[in-house]
Amino acid sequence: MTMVNEGGAAPPSAFGDGAVLEVRDLRMRYGSVDVLKGVDFSAHKGEVLTLLGPNGAGKTTTIEVLEGFRMRSAGHVRVLGTDPAEGDEQWRARLGVVLQSWRDHGKWRVRELLAHLARYYEPYSTAGGSRPRDVGELIETVGLDPHADKKIATLSGGQRRRLDVAIGIVGRPEMLFLDEPTAGFDPQARRSFHDLVHQLADEDTTILITTHDLDEAEKLADRILILADGRIVADGSAEQLAAQLPGDAEVRWTRDGSRFVHATPDGTAFVRDLFAQYGDEVADLEVRRPTLEDVYMSMVKRHETGQGHAAVSGFAEVDR
Amino acid sequence: MNPKAHAVRTGFSRGWTEFRQTLTNGQDLFSYLFVALVFLVVLFFLREDTVEGTPISNATASLPGLLGMTIAFGGLLSTAALLAQEREDGTLLRSKALPHGMLGYLIGKIVTVALMTLVSVLVLLVPGIFLFDGLLAGLASGWFRLLWVLALGMLATMPFGAVLGSLFDNPRAVTGIGMIPIMGLVVISGVFYPVTVLPGWIQAVAQIFPVYWLGLGMRSALLPDSMLAVEIGESWRHLETFGVLGLWAVVGLAIAPAVLRRMARRESGSSVEARRQKAMQRVG
Repeated sequence: MTMVNEGGAAPPSAFGDGAVLEVRDLRMRYGSVDVLKGVDFSAHKGEVLTLLGPNGAGKTTTIEVLEGFRMRSAGHVRVLGTDPAEGDEQWRARLGVVLQSWRDHGKWRVRELLAHLARYYEPYSTAGGSRPRDVGELIETVGLDPHADKKIATLSGGQRRRLDVAIGIVGRPEMLFLDEPTAGFDPQARRSFHDLVHQLADEDTTILITTHDLDEAEKLADRILILADGRIVADGSAEQLAAQLPGDAEVRWTRDGSRFVHATPDGTAFVRDLFAQYGDEVADLEVRRPTLEDVYMSMVKRHETGQGHAAVSGFAEVDR
Repeated sequence: MNPKAHAVRTGFSRGWTEFRQTLTNGQDLFSYLFVALVFLVVLFFLREDTVEGTPISNATASLPGLLGMTIAFGGLLSTAALLAQEREDGTLLRSKALPHGMLGYLIGKIVTVALMTLVSVLVLLVPGIFLFDGLLAGLASGWFRLLWVLALGMLATMPFGAVLGSLFDNPRAVTGIGMIPIMGLVVISGVFYPVTVLPGWIQAVAQIFPVYWLGLGMRSALLPDSMLAVEIGESWRHLETFGVLGLWAVVGLAIAPAVLRRMARRESGSSVEARRQKAMQRVG
């Protein structure tokens, strides 16, 4: 992939050549309400990021600014080296956007619509890959082959969502945005969606996903971002985030029929000592490290109290 | 491969696909054709009466005006209603996410509406030729006039239909509120009776808008000159018809792109979601 170097006012990239996504001090204000108060993050080629945060924290606003669907109030944003506010059709062809669908194109058949939307990408093949994807293979990939000739209005919610994902990737995007992609998926569909995300990441697609499902975020993401009170309050892998939390690991075991619970910053070392001391007498061992959920709850709580709270509830009204 | 030309071609195939879908969908077809069928039935009962002082049947004399009205309805209301509806349901946003997707979308919409309007015209005209005397003879000499009035009429009305559809957020408001002024225009534009029976100032107002000129153009294409007695100035006024419809087309084509661009710029996932919530409240 070649990065477009923009001259003029654009500040030099602080993220190196591999940055596909650069967001610095992104601000968004609706009327007198600050929704985004300086969002910072970046992503490298092929990286999978999940964006977590409470309702109304500004996740959708952030993703819409990056997609070029919404003008930001201030800040530096580059997606595939281009400012989304000035992105042209060439740039648009390299993006994939998975939208929440509702009842659009209800009279079209699945294969018919995918083939039609795919045509828009035909002039945009590069040396790096041919556009669009093969529609038949794509339908198979998202598991819609039994429904390929059905009218879209007759699909179930989960099938429709899989179609949304297929539409989002039909142009073989280099950067893919997914806004709550697995809403309405059954566990099997969710699993195959996760496989698909991994497959896309292997093809060097950079992916930004918003979700409410912490388990999903942990499974999919190379890096997790938590957005609260208009800022990124946490940025790292699930393990890194857990390590940031001052909470200790909790070790539980039984010995001689008695139950024991011990909190310790280093669970592994504690268990090693435990076995050294008691050996076979230790039973029912459990070590519970802080989960992503613990981290999330504590981060969001910390940033939503006091002054932050007013801004967050104010945004909920604006967004409706 | 020129990306823009490619998107235009893709738009044409989109329009054709949607036209096919409309033709094979009973409910859609019914809503397009119902009015035409009602008119045919009414005209059928008028066919024995003749226009005073001429041998022309009332049915033959009335049908061209209805054709003009059909074109205006198609260009204004169908365009507006489809645009508002597809903004609400997210079709437009989906197009916006594609390279040159809005271009393809608009071309597709123009093709669909034009073809459907043509079908509505044919549904009235073809049975009319068989049922009512004189129309075939009129068409034999006036077919070229009919075609240019039809084409210019669509050009004059569709851009304003698009503007109307961009301004209203709620598709039901478009057909509801949009219907009132257009029905008003139909009443004063001499569709159901000669415009010359109306007071002079109403005639003056009617001549500002395309509905009157579409009706006049269709009459000039299909009726003999013996029908001129009830027209303003006892003339078909071809030049004026071309001038007024042309002016509407030029003004419409000048305004519509800017309005459409502004509308498209404001489309985002959250605006579609907000309309969805509103629509759900109306239903629930």
